[in-house]
Amino acid sequence: MDFTLQPHGDYSIIIDVGGKINETTLQRVQTITSYLEKKKFDWIVEYVPSFQTVTIYYDPIKVAQIQPLIPPYDYVSQQLNSLHDFQAQTNVIPRTITIPVCYGGELGPDLQHVADFNDLSTEEVIDIHANGSYLVYMIGFSPGFPYIGGMSERIATPRRSSPRSQIPAGAVGIAGIQTGIYPLKTPGGWQIIGQTPKKLFIPSKIPPSLLKAGDRIKFSPITYQEFVSWKGEEG
Amino acid sequence: MITVKKPGLLTTVQDLGRYGFQKYGVITSGAMDSLAHRLANLLVGNLESVPTLEITMLGPSLQFQADSLVAICGGDLTPELDGKPIQMWRPIFVNKGSILQFGLAKHGCRAYLAVAGGFDVPAIMGSGSTYMRAELGGFKGRALAKDDQIPFRAPSETSKRMFQYIAKRKDVNWAISSIIQPAYQKEPCIRVMKGRHYDKFSKDSQANFWASPFEITPQSDRMGYRLKGPALLLEKDEEMISEAVHFGTIQVPADGNLIILLADSQTVGGYPKIAQIASIDFSIIAQTKPGSIIRFIEIPHIEAQQLLLMREKFIQELKHGIAQKFL
Repeated sequence: MDFTLQPHGDYSIIIDVGGKINETTLQRVQTITSYLEKKKFDWIVEYVPSFQTVTIYYDPIKVAQIQPLIPPYDYVSQQLNSLHDFQAQTNVIPRTITIPVCYGGELGPDLQHVADFNDLSTEEVIDIHANGSYLVYMIGFSPGFPYIGGMSERIATPRRSSPRSQIPAGAVGIAGIQTGIYPLKTPGGWQIIGQTPKKLFIPSKIPPSLLKAGDRIKFSPITYQEFVSWKGEEG
Repeated sequence: MITVKKPGLLTTVQDLGRYGFQKYGVITSGAMDSLAHRLANLLVGNLESVPTLEITMLGPSLQFQADSLVAICGGDLTPELDGKPIQMWRPIFVNKGSILQFGLAKHGCRAYLAVAGGFDVPAIMGSGSTYMRAELGGFKGRALAKDDQIPFRAPSETSKRMFQYIAKRKDVNWAISSIIQPAYQKEPCIRVMKGRHYDKFSKDSQANFWASPFEITPQSDRMGYRLKGPALLLEKDEEMISEAVHFGTIQVPADGNLIILLADSQTVGGYPKIAQIASIDFSIIAQTKPGSIIRFIEIPHIEAQQLLLMREKFIQELKHGIAQKFL
């Protein structure tokens, strides 16, 4: 498998597989993470996968104890070079999760901006977003937050140039060519087009995230009334 | 146990952070100045990972319900015990009923209070750190409030020996060497490594990054410091693809204003990364308060790791040194 290694900070290293954001790239990333799970290097603290990269956090002190003669980064990159011998795995079976979304109005304050930016009506934006075929590439940004691929370029809109200091939990947004859902109230720079009443992060569960990398998603439009009653049930 | 008489500006239980769950988007949190946190723990015979109280700017007023062994490290927030100033960077004996409080922030902005045994809070996903946005961990997932009571865990054998020694003498005539105390500065020069996307910035912006002073604005917190200075722009407009970020990552949204990510930062981000602060300077940035001016200076990656390893040696020697004093 082709990839580059680069230091991120003095206790992290990035494995970059490059390529477009698609299922092939996801499989390459997942091949790496499966390998890390199996190998269990004792100098790894944890790893964080993203669209095209896997960032590994390591303990330079521990690495220096294992191998004191070379810089910790050099040891870590040598250990990871064995990944070049791997082929991407293609046999993982995905789950499909339905996410109900109330689009627009006060729950989607940037829907109009997304429509204007792309020369579409708000109805067209909703139609395009809800009818897409989506894949979860990674969980990050906040607990349970899925980064989702497969959104149509016709509704791609750049991030806000200055992030909002508060976005509500369940907000569904667009940033560039990506779409995602905020599981918790948090600051953020995404364009918000709607909101889901479903809970994406449940801390007492293992794992604490509803979604995981590799899942498929179906967005299902609901009315404001349905949103309110669903939210009541979720608690 | 302590009872909170006054909570202070922002007092939270923190340890060395919540690791292992970043792939689910669970942030690390943890002490902003992890070095001060570790040293405070060593001074009372605790393991370095045990929960302390992170005290920010305006400190709390805390009453101790039993004789206790404590230490305070980090920024000098003028700690006082029953109205009398006490020393930082050394173990201190506290009588049952005594009240610890803080005054003006003389240097730095965050102090760490360690107690023998550590603060007793449930481990959430393996850590006692407070994740305020998610209302998880630490003391009930939030900052301390008036009337809160926090018990201590059982002290270690080292702590017990230290306690007995200090109970007789009421004070020690030594403190942590100033070599290990981080050199908190008013207008610090922060050592950074070039970031992943450094080369995507315009030549002017790169030059401005190294040459300019940046002010830490009031829109700063444990999640990150927002800086004011010349706008730093990419050579050409492009959207970055989200990837992992962490403490010390310096990212730049399209408006060109730098954000230094800190302990409560998200696990991944999509803004371009111009630089990464070296771990050796994490304490310095953690102790630099809003309104301050900072500058950046480049450090090679290999040197950043070397300095980290050297400092770790000092800390291990310190640990042995402390144990020796109480044999």
